[in-house]
Amino acid sequence: MKPKLALYWASSCGGCEIAVVDIEEKILDVADFFDIVFWPCVMDFKYKDVEAMPDGDITICLFNGAIRTSENEYLAKLLRAKSKVLVAFGSCAQEGCIPGLANFYDKNSIFEFVYKNSPSVDEQSKGIYPVPITHMPEGEIEIPEFWNTVKTLDQVVEVDYYIPGCPPQSFQILNAVGAVIDILKNGKPLPPKGTVLGAGDKTCCDECPRERKEKKIKRFYRPQEIIPDPNECLLDQGIMCVGPATRSGCDALCVKANIGCRGCYGAPPNVTDQGAKMVAALSSVIDAQTPEEARKIMETLADPLGTFYRFSMASSILKRVQPKTRPDSSGK
Amino acid sequence: MSTTKEKSWSPRIVAFLCNWCTYTGADLAGVSRLKSSPSVRVIRTMCSGRVDPTFVLKAFKLGADGVMIGGCHIGDCHYSEGNFKTLRRVEMLKILLDQYGIDPRRLRLEWISASEGDKYAHTTLDFEQQLRELGPLQLTE
Amino acid sequence: MITVNIDGKDIQVAEETTIVKAAESAGIWIPTMCYSELFEPYGICRLCSVEIIRGKRTRIVTACNYPLRENGLKIRTNSPVIQEIRKVLIELMLSRWPNVPVVKNMAASLGVIEPKFVSLERDEAEDACILCGMCVNICRDVVKANILGFANRGIKREVVLPYEKMNSECIVCGACAYVCPTGHIKIKSLDYERGAVADWYLGPKTAINIPTLQAVPRVPKIDEESCIKTQTGGCGICSTYCEPEAINYEDKDEEVEIEVGQILLATGFQLIDLKQMPQYGYGRLDNVYSSLEFEHMLNSTGPTGGLVKCKDGSEPRAVGIIHCIGSRDENYHKYCSRVCCMYALKFAHLVKDRTKAEVYQFYIDMRAFGKGYEEFYKRLLDEGVNMIRGKVAEIAEVHSGSDGKPYLLVKCEDTLIGKFREIALDMVILCPAIEPQFDAADVKKIFSISQSPDKFFLERHPKLDPISTMTDGVFIAGCAQGPKDIPDSVAQASAAAARMLSLISLGEVALDPVKAEVVDEYCSGCRICNNLCPYGAISFVDDKKISNINEMLCKGCGTCVAACPASAITGKGFTDMQILSEIEGLLSI
Repeated sequence: MKPKLALYWASSCGGCEIAVVDIEEKILDVADFFDIVFWPCVMDFKYKDVEAMPDGDITICLFNGAIRTSENEYLAKLLRAKSKVLVAFGSCAQEGCIPGLANFYDKNSIFEFVYKNSPSVDEQSKGIYPVPITHMPEGEIEIPEFWNTVKTLDQVVEVDYYIPGCPPQSFQILNAVGAVIDILKNGKPLPPKGTVLGAGDKTCCDECPRERKEKKIKRFYRPQEIIPDPNECLLDQGIMCVGPATRSGCDALCVKANIGCRGCYGAPPNVTDQGAKMVAALSSVIDAQTPEEARKIMETLADPLGTFYRFSMASSILKRVQPKTRPDSSGK
Repeated sequence: MSTTKEKSWSPRIVAFLCNWCTYTGADLAGVSRLKSSPSVRVIRTMCSGRVDPTFVLKAFKLGADGVMIGGCHIGDCHYSEGNFKTLRRVEMLKILLDQYGIDPRRLRLEWISASEGDKYAHTTLDFEQQLRELGPLQLTE
Repeated sequence: MITVNIDGKDIQVAEETTIVKAAESAGIWIPTMCYSELFEPYGICRLCSVEIIRGKRTRIVTACNYPLRENGLKIRTNSPVIQEIRKVLIELMLSRWPNVPVVKNMAASLGVIEPKFVSLERDEAEDACILCGMCVNICRDVVKANILGFANRGIKREVVLPYEKMNSECIVCGACAYVCPTGHIKIKSLDYERGAVADWYLGPKTAINIPTLQAVPRVPKIDEESCIKTQTGGCGICSTYCEPEAINYEDKDEEVEIEVGQILLATGFQLIDLKQMPQYGYGRLDNVYSSLEFEHMLNSTGPTGGLVKCKDGSEPRAVGIIHCIGSRDENYHKYCSRVCCMYALKFAHLVKDRTKAEVYQFYIDMRAFGKGYEEFYKRLLDEGVNMIRGKVAEIAEVHSGSDGKPYLLVKCEDTLIGKFREIALDMVILCPAIEPQFDAADVKKIFSISQSPDKFFLERHPKLDPISTMTDGVFIAGCAQGPKDIPDSVAQASAAAARMLSLISLGEVALDPVKAEVVDEYCSGCRICNNLCPYGAISFVDDKKISNINEMLCKGCGTCVAACPASAITGKGFTDMQILSEIEGLLSI
């Protein structure tokens, strides 16, 4: 019997699905080796099909997307139960990624904007917020509930392995899938739980071909403010690059295109909080002797929080921005 | 906030103190029998420059209402310039905390030399008082 | 060598010897008024005129600047012609400067009593300038400051400074006054009139001096600030007198680098500047001394030979000793200087011993804390020393004494009888506070140690380790650590020495294991850390494209550990894991 493969798309853009297909004709090998039992993006499967499976029936499940709604969470728990191996596939599942930036706000303020204040909302529907259950003459309509905070997969269920990236690079998917096939075919032992597959242990700098010098940053430039030297370290030139605090594996895709690393491969092996590490590193090399000087340079860096945690906000230590109106201290 | 609440709640302060100045200063405050804040929970580091912003965020996450970093006065660093890095890190961290929606006043950087036991005492008391005014830091999940 | 004949005597001299010197070596006196061996002969007074006879020709020359170059020259120093010339010369001088001792004496020795001339410029002064030019010459040839010169001609001639004004080129060496034969040039001290006491403290003010007779090593030194040689390149007279050729002007202060494993800081103390407390009149009133000055006075090799004397030379009738000047004082130092009580008692004892004066001690608390100290205090009480417990408010000089002699009025509160008192004294000794050295903060920085709130160096532990500092291998002893007396200093210094010796005998030291280390597997060579290390321990390995930490240079501060964005640097003893666990533990309760 073929090993069973499931792929699921929770709260994400769908890029991960594209990335899987981007392994080109090798997808046929995958389809050949595995029995694909669940892949809603590509084929018609129903949740009840999965629900009907015995626990642990799926050999491996590649789960992409963050946990934004009750439906995401339900599927995460369901697939966890049905899968032997659950892989957080891509940055959303691993660390929250761009959907995780919603953690800068809370449910109310998001709804307020999306369903009321956004210029694209027409007058009649202004202020009509989605509710999980709507009573209609025909009966009840149920839609998933929107959680206040975006979570990563491993904040909801136990995760066995991670494949980082936004999206994971196709060659890395191939590597990872190849390794899995190799393991299953030849009965090799599985890597330890929590292993990050399809990525390196170093940082983006390891793959970056640019020449680095001792750093002394006098100001930061936004991409439109400077024509970068193609051979020199972007950070040395004052262009924000999260590469030093980002896991290697993408083959320095962005920096090779003259854009600072955005940090999608997540924190390197020993780092718990990518943003905090960027603060530590950057402030160390800012050329200032007084708090005023330092602040002046730091003010040239637009939105540090969003920059440092572009992909990892949901998995950071604090996980979210605190709502502006603090609940009363006696309220908890 | 009710008065009874104020009495029952006392802030939790994690203080990272450099071995050479502030830690010794805190010691002096103790030896001198000065009253310093009982809310302070001290972690000794060799230099204030060792304080990784990760530690500060972690402390807030785990329930600290305030974090204090104590180092040698500028120019007096045992490692000549470690505290300059601390200074810049704290500055950037404050920008970040502000964005995080955490009052930056909850993070304090203080230069307290080994001889300033009294400064240690009144700084911690002052910080405690300030945190009492700010109230508990209740993080939303 | 050549042979000449002076007054019938054949004498052998070296070529180029002047006649004056040749005559001197033959024991023949030639009068001179403007001549000195120190500078080039000037020949202005003409008193040294002599006759030289070459064959049949006779010439009159000045002996001071005539060099002998030929054999067989005959010289007559005292012929009637010469005698007549000298008489006329000295009569001319005597008529102009009748009261100047050198002129009168010279005239007498030449047999002149009354001049037969009348001078239009007759100057009755005893210290008149006789225009000998010695000052001009010494300033030009010896001092090389070249500040003095002649102006005008004939009877209007005079010695002047450029533009007749005080000039910064004058180094105030005093050579002109020294050489002036009439005392016309005087050195006037512009210092405060208390010069005498300043001299006691600072020692003699000559450019070459032995600082004090107890100096170790007791050898003379050149004071660069007052040495003419260092200022103008002139003089150098001392080296011509020093037979063992021990004087070396080229010797300079130099910085020597010595590698050591341990350092003992015994940089001592300084005394508080008493002038910042004008109420005590120090520096303003005569006979108000600091304890150190008084100690100098008591010294048997000191300026008074150990006698207690007022500035006017009289023995004081009453002496006051005031404790705690700047110590135990909210305005200056809160601490006790510890040594003053006991030396103040010693002063009282010695004043009693050497004079008939009444002695008053003005104290806050008597602290006779050491071995045998309390007994000494008791003995002093028996000797009849007046003890007044209270702080002195003011010392004023009063001129209303019956003998017209000014005295010092000490105003104080006597807290034991609860009365305000005014006590008349002839001499007051102030006991200034012991302070940290003015540069203690710099020394602290150099050795990475700390200062306590009173700014003395901070010991590692006030009770258990009062000799070492927070910096390994740096020890402190004596008043650098805090005020203490001699036995305490000796004890602390001995302890420090023993501690250092024990480390030396071990031969090796255990280094602090707190060091940072780069884990190669995780370092990607972003070079964030490269600039951070103040000790240069971090370097970039070009071929591996990663950074590396030299463990021997690393001091373990951990700045790079915190900065490493990949957490590829670990700090032994203070790892992320350890500190995060500490945070967790601290906040779990």
